[in-house]
Amino acid sequence: MAQTGFLEALRDNFTRVIPFSHDCGMVIDRIDAQGADARMPYRPEWLGDTERGLVHTGIITALVDTVSGLAALAAAGRFEPMPTLDLRMDYLRPAVPDKTLYCRAECYRLTRSIAFVRARAWQDDAAEPIAVSQSTFMRASGGSRRALRPAPKP
Amino acid sequence: MSAVPASLADARRAVKDRGDFTLLRQRVPYSAFLDVQVTLEGGVPRCRLPFRPALIGNSVLPALHGGVVAGFMENAALLHLLLLLDERKVPKSIDFSIDYLRSANATDTYAQCDVARQGRRVAQVQIRCWQDEPGHPERTRDVALARAHFLLGSPDDEAE
Repeated sequence: MAQTGFLEALRDNFTRVIPFSHDCGMVIDRIDAQGADARMPYRPEWLGDTERGLVHTGIITALVDTVSGLAALAAAGRFEPMPTLDLRMDYLRPAVPDKTLYCRAECYRLTRSIAFVRARAWQDDAAEPIAVSQSTFMRASGGSRRALRPAPKP
Repeated sequence: MSAVPASLADARRAVKDRGDFTLLRQRVPYSAFLDVQVTLEGGVPRCRLPFRPALIGNSVLPALHGGVVAGFMENAALLHLLLLLDERKVPKSIDFSIDYLRSANATDTYAQCDVARQGRRVAQVQIRCWQDEPGHPERTRDVALARAHFLLGSPDDEAE
């Protein structure tokens, strides 16, 4: 139950606590312990190449970074500071104008210290991603640092 | 593709002759969205991301959104290539990898790039991103390091 409440809070509050994501129009479609799904409608200011009409990869990274962080938090099951350690993007094909960007991220391994996340982004077809990504997040709750939460075992 | 905007050569010339980045920004709207400012420091482009509240990713700290920092650095790498190479088309991103060193404060952020490999088809760009040390503007603190590969001089469909 607590888990459900947390996920709802995460979904409802995320654009308020992440001004940039709100500004970009990101919307969470689904979030649970298995992963997070979100989308971001197209805007002309995201073009990186006006001649060929291609979306700049930087905005794809912003979406992927956000959704990957959400997946890590959802896997952890509670709010905790979870800074990104690193993030890698492979741009498999260009993103074209006028189409919504979708992203799904999954935390496939969560340790006391680290969350390991995979993500992919697409426009028309999830089976034809425009980008795939791998990232790691550091958990503030791990290690020897001062505990940031009371930690009752579930 | 039918419209004929200013060529990249024109955009480069405007920067080098008049320090005018308007044409270059028009070619890369995402840099205008982030409001990336470019200056040449001894011929080397240096990018500045002016702080604004909409770039915040963590309201509690507050800190810039990690995706903003990453996108800014990708943008810096692209602008660097556009300015220093004679590409006729905007190079395509192949991959990008970033290591975050510390959270980026709610202040201006800088990036500078170095082309570590420039082949006929692929360039590898290293990007350093930093901010001024709070209270010590003469000192800087690195925020992130990144690298990116770009496809150069490709026909339109090469990466598809």
